[in-house]
This record gives sequence, structure tokens and C-alpha cells, in this order.
Amino acid sequence: MPAVGTPVPRKEGLDKVTGRARYTDDVVLPGMLFGRTIRATIPRGRITGVHLDFDPHGFTVVDARDIPGRNVVALIVDDQPCLADGRVSHTEEPVLLLAHADREALLGATVRLDYAAEPAVLDPRASQTVFKELTIQKGCLDDGFGSADVVVEGEYRTGHQEQLYIEPQGVIAVPEDGGVTVYGSLQCPYYVHHALSVLLALPPERVRVVQLETGGGFGGKEDYPSIIAGHAALLALKANRPVKLVYDRLEDMRATTKRHPAIVRHRTGVTRDGRLTAIDVEVLLDGGAYTTLSPVVLSRGALHATGPYRCDHVRVHGRVVQTHTPPNGAFRGFGAPQTQFAAEAHMDRVAAALGLDPVALRERNVWRPGDTTATGQRLGPDCSAADVLRVAVERSRYHERRGTLAGRPGAGIGLALVFHGAGFTGSGEVKLASRAALQLTATGARIRVASTEIGQGARTVLAQVVADALGIAYDDVEVAEADTRFVPDSGPTVASRTSMVVGRILQGCAVRMRERLGDLGPADYHARHGPFEVEGQYVRPAGLDWDEAAYRGDAYGCYGYACDVVEVAIDADTYEARATAVTTVHDVGRVLHPVLVRGQIEGGTVQGLGYALLEEVAMRDGAMANAQLTNYVIPTTADVPPLDVVVLETPYVEGPFGAKGVGELPMDAPAAAAVNAIRHAGFDVREVPATPERLSEAPCVSR
Amino acid sequence: MRLSVNGTAVEVDVHPLARLLDVLRETLGLTGTKEGCGEGECGACTVLLDGRPVNACLLPVAHAENREVVTIEGLRGHEALQEAFVTEGGTQCGICTPGFVLAASTIGEEVAPAAIREALAGNLCRCTGYEGIYRAIDAARRASREAGSRPDRGGGR
Amino acid sequence: MRTVVSALELGRPRGLRDALKMLRDEGPLTPLAGCTDLYVLLNAGTLTERRFVDLWPLDELRGMAERDGFLWLGALTTYREIIASPLVARRLPMLAAAARTVGAAQVQNRGTLGGNIGNGSPAGDTLPVFAAADAHVVLASLDGERRVPFTAFYTGYRTSVRRSDELIAAVEVPEVDGRQWYRKVGTRAAQAISKVVMAAVRAPTPRVALGSVAPTVVRVPHTEALLARAAPIEEAQRALLDEIHPIDDLRSTAAYRRRVAANLLARFWTDTA
Repeated sequence: MPAVGTPVPRKEGLDKVTGRARYTDDVVLPGMLFGRTIRATIPRGRITGVHLDFDPHGFTVVDARDIPGRNVVALIVDDQPCLADGRVSHTEEPVLLLAHADREALLGATVRLDYAAEPAVLDPRASQTVFKELTIQKGCLDDGFGSADVVVEGEYRTGHQEQLYIEPQGVIAVPEDGGVTVYGSLQCPYYVHHALSVLLALPPERVRVVQLETGGGFGGKEDYPSIIAGHAALLALKANRPVKLVYDRLEDMRATTKRHPAIVRHRTGVTRDGRLTAIDVEVLLDGGAYTTLSPVVLSRGALHATGPYRCDHVRVHGRVVQTHTPPNGAFRGFGAPQTQFAAEAHMDRVAAALGLDPVALRERNVWRPGDTTATGQRLGPDCSAADVLRVAVERSRYHERRGTLAGRPGAGIGLALVFHGAGFTGSGEVKLASRAALQLTATGARIRVASTEIGQGARTVLAQVVADALGIAYDDVEVAEADTRFVPDSGPTVASRTSMVVGRILQGCAVRMRERLGDLGPADYHARHGPFEVEGQYVRPAGLDWDEAAYRGDAYGCYGYACDVVEVAIDADTYEARATAVTTVHDVGRVLHPVLVRGQIEGGTVQGLGYALLEEVAMRDGAMANAQLTNYVIPTTADVPPLDVVVLETPYVEGPFGAKGVGELPMDAPAAAAVNAIRHAGFDVREVPATPERLSEAPCVSR
Repeated sequence: MRLSVNGTAVEVDVHPLARLLDVLRETLGLTGTKEGCGEGECGACTVLLDGRPVNACLLPVAHAENREVVTIEGLRGHEALQEAFVTEGGTQCGICTPGFVLAASTIGEEVAPAAIREALAGNLCRCTGYEGIYRAIDAARRASREAGSRPDRGGGR
Repeated sequence: MRTVVSALELGRPRGLRDALKMLRDEGPLTPLAGCTDLYVLLNAGTLTERRFVDLWPLDELRGMAERDGFLWLGALTTYREIIASPLVARRLPMLAAAARTVGAAQVQNRGTLGGNIGNGSPAGDTLPVFAAADAHVVLASLDGERRVPFTAFYTGYRTSVRRSDELIAAVEVPEVDGRQWYRKVGTRAAQAISKVVMAAVRAPTPRVALGSVAPTVVRVPHTEALLARAAPIEEAQRALLDEIHPIDDLRSTAAYRRRVAANLLARFWTDTA
């Protein structure tokens, strides 16, 4: 009975529904202290005084001088200090750490910081500091515009978005074995491991990172945990006691990473009959105070900026710049939701300029196998963009509804067609050189990977892949805890890569294990010969070629495609736009688990609807002013209509059983689909969230 | 201060204004009830107080004195619902699950599917988009209809 | 960072009289009811009060009844009780409508009318209902009870005429002489603080009350007078904009609030025609 493609029970499901699953704040260790972070209250300046207005008895206090190694959060460009050392570059920057056994004493301690404030740059358009700049070029723009009949321009904006995992950030650091162990809510144990090694000047074998059950990540726990883990470790080592450092919601929202805001400008050349001749895009991302992951967010954003359309003359110029705000980071989609919002909102305006139906314009230009992307990548047989579009249009009865709703005040229907590259960009997977291991056990097999279960079902899916590749029962495959002492570095749990890339490596391990087992089942073999282990490493699929310097070639191993159709109703009195019907069609290559893949699509679509209509970060004095759930609103059950989900399978030859990565794809389409529906209803909105306030001020569009 | 937790009488010596959430998690070691926001918005701290869902982060333990509290650890008679959360994708990361299961356990069989959304609006989920949760509730109802028995309402015993 | 609980004091009276004695002799004490507002501040570390008196066990403050033609609603009546009450459905359906928009099930099980009124937020969901219904707040002290017209209860932002030795015991609502109308415009479909909230009665002299558009809940007498005279709705809308003073805040803008308030006025008028 194969496991892949069937709804096997989630490995840790029973624990989750009975309250037995243990998350970071549920863990209590003997002798444990509680930690607290003292943060800067101005966006930029020098710290001129630090006043500890409390009785120091029982307190551990840590500042930058206590850092044994390098005061950096090691990531891409090591420009972010773990603790501010005399200079402040953003509000909420961590300055001082406190620990105490009594939480009340800890909360009662008062610390005063004095500053010499300096002018802060809060608007990305005013920033002079560029973290990364890149240009993607194909053909010649002048030629492209030369052959255009019509040129359409537009500027589109997206704001911050807060990941809002329901479990706030938290870690527990334990000083032991001449080093430190950190347990925590995190996505990437080896990112944390590396960062701690650098911060604490400890050799790798003295640092251990263990992921505990994690209550949501969405990218917000990709790089930030390196910071909170560093803080807890510093306290733990100084106090020589375990330290639990858990944020409350307010601190989490104000101080941790968010989605990069974007301003995207399009200039598009098109012939009268709707053929795209030139695509010229300017992307500006707000990186916040330090580099963090911004260069990669820009890369992915730029690589997705054209939308899935054929065009011989393309230029995408992107910059990510510094502002004196809390650094932005990873959030599901990682640049693509921003640029594809712009691309797809722009497509509807191009259609309108030509008097063409929005579907017809897309059909005219949509990628088909054999077409090349902006970087010159030739799309293979798994390019299903046209099919996904066709199915979405049929399923949603788009044309019929477009006609019907045109006659109804305040009602509209819109669609967006998107794509998402799975795995790390360019040579990223080669550089990661991810490893996985499969152990033979007395009852079956044990998977050893650093990939983390964060709700998406990674444990379950990887076990399914191994079960079928090995020819044993799903229940006989265990997944080891993501503990750096015991698992190899499989790379981070991000970029829609876990099922596709790590799953593929494990599939290879299982096949080799099967060969060695011969005719014996695992239990028999184990009884006769004892256990053994097979290790595997990422091998770049043949034929993939990427030139980092020229930024040309095969940017991703494969692409997933999706099309959302959203109907909206806009209240005549309050300008509130409600999604009243949503159809979402996704090509996932191969459905590994029917319930889990739906879960990714439904969850991502609702996050996307929140991004489109509700979620706004209000920045005041360089930090989030509405850092409470009552004021930063995500969709409740009352805000979301039923979702009609259609899953297509156009297999990717190099994915395990044909699977493409799917985690982020659902995030890319909802914003533009909703805004295009709002446009159809008569409101010219070019920014998300499309709040009632924005609609009430928006110019009218003739219907 | 005396209260009943999951059917057992307990005596706690805590400040009367201590949050019930902290008394459950720290004094009694029942960590199934979670803190997601501290503002009564996310519902991850939902417990049943005399059979009704309340936010334990907004409840002084004094208001639970001599009352019956049911947490996820003590929920009985809703196994079909809990199983359905697993099989139908009602749970992904699981942090909101205890609150959702308890809130869902109080929704009567007669409540129409459209009204279920309203009944659950006090629980936030960031992973599922809610569809898996509705499927779980629907599946549990079908299972109980087929079994011919009505599950307990108001949770716990 | 959370407020330190051990620094707080809680008086636990045996009954209403005992509570009133505590307020008079051991004050200042802040009354505690369902705690759904107070504990948000406690959790955020912004609670300024330190000394409390627990009203929750006082059954004398519970109940809904008709007394001498008035609808008497005890201060500890919860939103859930309001939603479920046939008496309220018959006499004051706009209150049931308001109660349905408060938070969600968990908050509705604990939040109380007394808390909503005592908290005195300009966004309080029930306040426009009582203002439009010309209700009275019943204040109790050891000296007895006094009744204050709801429209005279608030004197400024979160301040009222309640003396520190008084408790809100109940709200008394007279017979409502016209069709009732309620609309709350929030940040999303559920669990939303209002951006604009309006309650209105289509009586021979219409009564219109709004929240979230001024430091307190407000009635709009000039607008009401124009409606009573059957003036064109545009004129009434202009008058409305002069009688409300919305601001920009974290949730919305003054411009949006003005536009929507005017729209709601027109909608009330056509809905109740």
C-alpha cells in the first residue's frame, strides 16, 4: 500500500490535538532563569548612557562586552550586531540582556538608556545605502519599445507584512559540555548553529541546536532565531544556568523581521493585438537597518517580476536599500508576492488599455514549454502555466461572472496567474550542498535531516517518500528530532525546498538502502547484519546551468504555477472589500499528501488574502505602532469565504515522485487577484492592503 | 483557592488576580493551554469554564474559584473531533489546536455550517486558512451521526 | 511586558452592600467585572490601577427584567446573555445586534455591560445604543441609587460622573418609540474594534448616536432636528459632519470616518423608512 499520494496520518498529529506536544514555553528546566531584552527606543543615534535602576541581586546582565566571539549575527553579510555596541540603527535594536529566576523581579527591573539622536532614514526612496542591486537583462529594451503600439506605465506598492505565527519566538539555552545547547522554535537549526559558533567563539562540536515543536514559522523563524538564541546563550553562559527567553506578542511584532515593503514600477510595451514586446521593471525593496537576507529576497523578487509571460526584451532592475527600521526578512514568497502583485495588477491595466479581456491578454503571452524566461532559462514540459490558467478560468466561470458582476454595483471578479521557483535561487542549492541520512533500524528506517516540521507536514511527507522508495510501511519510518548533534545539515526549511530537494536526497538514500537490503526486509536484515546508514548529498540535476555574474541561465530547477480567481463585494457605505468567492488552481507536480498539499494551498491563500485586504503595519518613529492583534488584523473565520481548490499534477522529473515545491506558491496570487477584482468593481487601487480607507479615496475606473 | 480542573478538585495558593492561564501552565503544569497574544484575540488560551469557552489569559483565577475548568488535557467525549483534526488537516503547527478543539467542542450539533464560522471567530489560525478545521468538524459530526450517538456538549465530564 | 500581579490588591466583597462600603471606606478601588478590558492592559504592562474590587460574584447586579415599563439590565449582564435574551430581542434588538459584534464567543461569555460603560471607551460597542435609547445609568452607593441620563453620563474622554464610592448597578431603558438601527464598522468581520459605530431610532424625533468619532459617545441634536423636519438627507449629513470630531489613529483616518458616518446616516434613513 503506497504512502505517497495517500492521506496517511500526520506523524505528530495525535500529540497536537491532545495538548501533549511540547513547544518551547512549555518546557521547564531545573534552575532555569527567565530572560528579557532591553531595546533601543530611537531609530538612530549613539547610546550615551545606560542606567540600571534596580537592585542587582539575583540578576545576570549582559551587554556587547560580554560577547566572547564576534558581535555579529552571522548570515550573509555580517553587518548586524547581536547586541548594539554604542550605536543604534533601528528602534527596538537589542542593547542589553537581563536574566533572573523570578519573572516578577525581571519584569520589574527598570533600565534607562540615554541617546544622542541622529537623523534617521525611514523612507526607502530617500535611502543612500544600497544593500544589493542587480539587473536582469534579455534582448534590447529599445527594440522592444520600438515595436510596441502602446506603452503602459504603473507604480504598485506593498507594505510590511507580519508573519504572525501563533507561537511567538522563544528559545531555552543550556550551558553544558563546555559549550551551549539551545532548544527552540525555529526553522533552520544549522543557521542558528553557525551563528552561535561565531558569536560565542565555540567550535562547532561545542554548540548544539535542537528544534522543538514549532508553532508556525512562515519564514519569520528562518534567521531571527539566530538572534534570540544568541541572546539566551550569552545569558546562560554568563549565569551558568539555563535561560528561557520567550517574547510576548508585542515584542515579537515590534522587534522581529517582516516582509520587505516594495515599490515596483512597470513600463510595458505591447502590440495592439496584445503581444508583449517590452517589459521594464524597477523594484525597490526596503531592507530595514541591516542586510540580513535582503540580497536573496531581491533576487527572487526580481526573478519573478515579469510574471509567467513570454517577452523577448526584458529589463528588471532591482535595489534593496537600508532604512533605520527593524530589519526585514523572510516571509513565505520571499520577494515574489511583492513583484507578482505588481506584475499581475499591471497586466489587467495593460488589458484595459488595449480594450482586451484580461484572460485573452494572458493567454496570448503565457509561457509554454520551450519558451525562455527573463534569464534565458528554457522551460521544460512541466511548464503548466497555460493549463493552470485555463482550468481556473473554466472552474470559476470567469467570463460569465465577469459579465454578470459588471452589472452589479460594488461587485467584481479578478484573476492573477503566477509562478514560483522551487528551491534556492541560482547556485544556492549547490552552495548549500545539503545532506541527509537514512538509518536502518530494527523495525524499519529512521530519517536524519535538519529539515524542521513547522506545521507544513515535513516529517510526514519525508516519511512517505522514504517508505515508498524503500518499500516499507509508512508507520515503520521514523523521523529523528532536528538536533544538530545527530542530524546532518540538510539546509534550511525555506524556499519551498524541503519536499522537493531534501525529499529527493532521501529518495536516493532509500533506493540505495533498498539495493543493499536485497530481498530482506529491514527487520530481517537488521537481525542478521545489524544496522547501517546511507548518506546522501544534493546533486544538481543534469542540464541546470546558472551564471551568477551575468545573472543568466537556469534560475530554479523547476517552477510551480498557480492561478487565483477572486470575487469581491464592496460595501457601498463603508468601502470594505470582502472576498465572496475564491477559486485557486495550483500545479504541484505530484501530490505527495492530498490533505497536506491542500493545507499549504488553503493556508497560503488565506495569508495572501490577509496581505491583500487586511494586514497593515503602521510605522511610527521607525517601528510598528499597531503591534497588537487587536490592531494588526489577520483573517478570522468570518473574513474568509469557502475556498475552491483545484490541484493539478504536471510532474517535475527531478522531484521525488514528480513533486515540485509548493509551500510559497499559494502566497503569490491572492493580492493581485483581489485588487484586479476591486478594479473590476470600479476602484483604481494599486497598493495592498486594499483597505476601505484606500478604496474610499481611490479614483473610479469605468466598468 | 479551590477549583475543579479536568474533573479533579485542586487547591492553589496564588494571588487571586493571577491569570488562570498561568495557574494552569505553571502552577498545575498543564501546558496544553497556550499563550499566543495576551489580549484575548487569538483564542489559543481557550479553556472551558463551566462548559463555556473563555480566554484564560483574561481570567483572574479568583473567577474560577469553585468553578469547573476543562483544558485540552481533560477533554473527554470528543475523540472523533480530535481525530478528525488530524485526518482532515485541521491541525498543522498545532499551536492553535487546543483552543480550537475546545471551542469547537461547545458548538451544538444543530448549528448550521455557516454559523460555525461565527462561532469560531474567536480563534485565530495562521496555518490552515480554516478550511481543514471546518472539514474536521464536519467529519466529526458525520461520524457521530453514523455512530448514532450524540457527543457530550460542553466538554469534559 | 506584563504587569507584576503581586503588586496588585483585590478586595472580595461578600455582597453589594459590602462592595459599596469598601468603595466608600477603602478606596480608591477600581471595579472588576469580566476583565476583558482590564486584563488586556495587565498583559501589556500598561495597567495604571493597583487596587481592585471584585464585582463578579455579586448576583444583585445580574438579571434582565421589565420594571415599571423600563427594561432593567444588570451591570453584570454579559454579551452572551444579551444575545440569548428574548426580552432584549423584543425590546432592544439594537443592543443584541451590538452584542453580536463584540469580540467573539470567548469574550462574549465574560464581557459585561457595566464593563463596557465603566471603561468608557469612545469605541464602546453598546454605548451608542444606550445613548440613542435615552437610557439611564443606575448608580448605586451606600446612600441609595441615583439615575443619570446616559447622554449626561460621560464628561470627557474616559471620564464620567460616577463618584469613586459609586458602582454602575444597571442600565434602565425606556420603551423605544421607533424602529431601531445599529451598524458597527470594524477593522474586519469579527473581533474588531470599531472605526465608526452608530445606533439610531426612527422615532417622530429621530435619535442618532455615534461612537469612535469623538472623545465620548455622542448624540447629534442638530442632525436629529433636521431629520425630524424631513430636511433633505444631504443637509442632515452636512450637519452630522459638524457634530462629530473624528481623528486619525492606528485603525483609521478622520476622512474615512467622516465619509462613512455620513453614509451610515443615509443608510439608516432609507433602511427604516
